Amino acid sequence: MPKTVALVGTDAVAEAMRQINPDVVPAYPITPQTAIVESYAEMVANGLVDSEMINVESEHSAMSAAIGAAAAGARVITATSSQGLALMWEMLYIASGMRLPIVMANVNRSLSAPINIHCDHSDSMGARDSGWIQLFSENAQETYDNMLQAVRIAEHPDVLLPVMVLLDGFIISHSVDRLELLDDDPVKKFIGEWTPRLPLLDAQEPPCWGAFDGLGGYFFEFKRAQIEGMRKAADAVRQVAAEFAEISGRRYDFFESHRMEDAELAVVALGSAAGTIRTVVDRMRAEGVPVGLIKLRMFRPFPVQELVAALSKVRGVGIFDRSETFAGELGGPVFVETRASFYEEPKKPLMHNFVYGLGGRDLPQDLIRQAILTLDGYVQKGTQDKTVTYLGLRD
Amino acid sequence: MGLTYRDYLREELFPQMWCAGCSHGISLTAVARAMAALKLDPAETVVVTGIGCWGKADDYFKTHSFHGTHGRALSFATGIKVANPRLKVLVLMGDGDGVTIGGNHFIHTARRNIDVTAVITNNFNYGMTGGQYSSSSPEGTISTTSLYGTAEPGFDICELARAAGATYVARTTPYHVTQMDKLLAEAIQHKGFSVVEIISSCPTFFARYNYKVTAVEMMRLFKERAVDRERYDALTAAEKAGCFLTGRLHREEKEDFHTKYARLQQQAKARAEREVV
Repeated sequence: MPKTVALVGTDAVAEAMRQINPDVVPAYPITPQTAIVESYAEMVANGLVDSEMINVESEHSAMSAAIGAAAAGARVITATSSQGLALMWEMLYIASGMRLPIVMANVNRSLSAPINIHCDHSDSMGARDSGWIQLFSENAQETYDNMLQAVRIAEHPDVLLPVMVLLDGFIISHSVDRLELLDDDPVKKFIGEWTPRLPLLDAQEPPCWGAFDGLGGYFFEFKRAQIEGMRKAADAVRQVAAEFAEISGRRYDFFESHRMEDAELAVVALGSAAGTIRTVVDRMRAEGVPVGLIKLRMFRPFPVQELVAALSKVRGVGIFDRSETFAGELGGPVFVETRASFYEEPKKPLMHNFVYGLGGRDLPQDLIRQAILTLDGYVQKGTQDKTVTYLGLRD
Repeated sequence: MGLTYRDYLREELFPQMWCAGCSHGISLTAVARAMAALKLDPAETVVVTGIGCWGKADDYFKTHSFHGTHGRALSFATGIKVANPRLKVLVLMGDGDGVTIGGNHFIHTARRNIDVTAVITNNFNYGMTGGQYSSSSPEGTISTTSLYGTAEPGFDICELARAAGATYVARTTPYHVTQMDKLLAEAIQHKGFSVVEIISSCPTFFARYNYKVTAVEMMRLFKERAVDRERYDALTAAEKAGCFLTGRLHREEKEDFHTKYARLQQQAKARAEREVV
C-alpha cells in the first residue's frame, strides 16, 4: 500500500533514490541541495541501499565521477544546485554527448553575484542547451514522481540522455509537504535493471568513449543523433508517464492544463509558482475572469506543437519566468521559447512576460492577480506598450 | 596613523553571524589586530573570501573586500594582486574553500609564490552547509555525510602548503591568541605566498559530533594538543599522534611571482631595445 507521508522536498528526492538504489552516487554538498546528500549518506551508512557513495571535492568532480561511473556501466544519480550546477557545466555536455543516462536532482537556486541562496531558475536555465532533459516539479510529490520517471526516461533505448529533475530551492526543498510514497516493490519493478550499452567493464569488447573526432570525423553526426534522441525523449516521457500512472494513479504529461477549456487568458509557469497561480486562477474564475493555467513540466525537450495547440484559442498569455536571458525585450527563457513556438502560426495570442522571484523574491497572490489584470488590460486594448514586466521589484 | 584593530572592523554589523562558541570571531579580530600592528592602509588592503562560514568574514572589514564564489578565492586574489601589486591581499578561506573545492588553486598559488596571505581557518568540516566532511577531516571523522566515520584521510594543510611551494607556513589556534597575532603579522609582511592555518572549533558540528564537547572544552583541547617544534620533536611517535605542531613551520626568502615577472619583463625589454639599436 502506498503510504502518505510528510517530507521536505530533499527527503522526497532521497526516498526516490533509496527505492531506485543506484550503483553510484558521487556528490558534493551545496545549499539548498545538501540535505539530499546527507539523507542519502545516512541511508548508505545504515545499509538501506547498496550504492557506493563518494563525497568528492567539488561538483565538477561529482559530475566527472558520475560520467566515469555511468560509462563503466553503473546506474548513477547525483544532486546539486546553483553554483554547483554552474561548476558542472563543462561536464554536462560530456554526459549528454556520451549519451549517458545520468539522473540529477537540481534544487533551483539563483546564481552569484551577488551571493544569494534562494530560488530562481537561472541555474538550470543556464544548462538548457546542454542536451539534458529537464523536468520541473511543483511540489514534493512531483519531485519524487519525476525522480522515478527520470531513470526510465534517461535509460529509454530511443533516448539515452541525462535527465535533470528540478525542484524549487527552499520552497520545495525545505518545506514539509504531504506526499504519497509508493511501495518499494512496484517501484523496483517499474525502474527495472539497467543494461548498459558498451560499458567500460566489458573486457570482451573494450570500447572507446569520447575520443577525438575532428574535421574528418562524425562529430556533426553524433550531435544530430543527439538531437534525435532529444526529439524522441518527448515520446518516452509520455510512455513512461503512462506506465507510471499504472503504479501510482498519478498522471503526467509535458504540461498540466488547469481551467483551460474555455479560458481567454492563460498563464504559463514552471515549478512551485504554479501552485499559487492555480489558487489565484480559481479565485479570479469565481469573479468571472476567464483565466487558465498551463504548468509546464517538461522544459527540455520543449513541447512546441502541444503548447501551441493548448494556447491557440486564448487571446492573451502571461508567461512567468523565474530567470532572465538578458537579451532585453526578449524576456525570460520560457517567454522566448513560447513566442518562438508561435512563429509559424497565422493566429497568435498576445503574449506578455512576467519576470518574478529572482533570488527568492516572494510571489504572493496579489502580484499574480495584478499580472493577470495587466494581461487582461493589454488584451482589451489589443496592444501592449512593453513585452516584459518585472513583478515585485522594489522601486 | 594611530590605527587600532577597531579601525579595521565594521563593528556596527556585530554581533557576528557565527554560532555561539565558534572561534571565527577570535580569528577575525586577530586579523584586524595584525592589520593595525602593520598599520596597513585600509584603502590599499583587500580582503578576499570564497564561500563558507569564514567566507562571511569579509563583511566585517573596513578594507576593500571581495566575496567571490566557493573555492576560487585564491584565483580572484591572484588577479587582484597581478593587476595591482601595490595592494596587500589577504585571502580568508576555510578548509572547504582553501584545500577541498579550491585545492587546485591552493597548490598553484603556492607554486607561483604569489605575494598574498592565505588565512585558513580549519574546522575540519563544511560548517556553512551543516557539517559535512571536507578534505581536511581526519580519517574516521563523524559528519553528516559520514555517520560512522570517513574512509578518507585528511590533508595536513601546512605540509601541503610547504610541499607545493609556499614560502611562509604557520599554524596556530584560537586559544593561542598572542601567537596568532604575531604569526598573522609575520605572514602579511612576508613577501611571497604565506599561509596561516588556524585550527578552529566548530562547536555546532565537528566538535559536537567527534568530541562531544562544548566550545570551551575545544579550547582546552587546543591548549593541550598544540605544541611547538621544540616540544614536538621530543615526543614519542605515540604522543605525537595526539598533538599537532603550531608556530612558524616554514619560512624562506624566495623571489615572489610579481617581482620575478617584473624582472623578466625588464630583461626582455632591455634585450629588445639592444636589438633595435
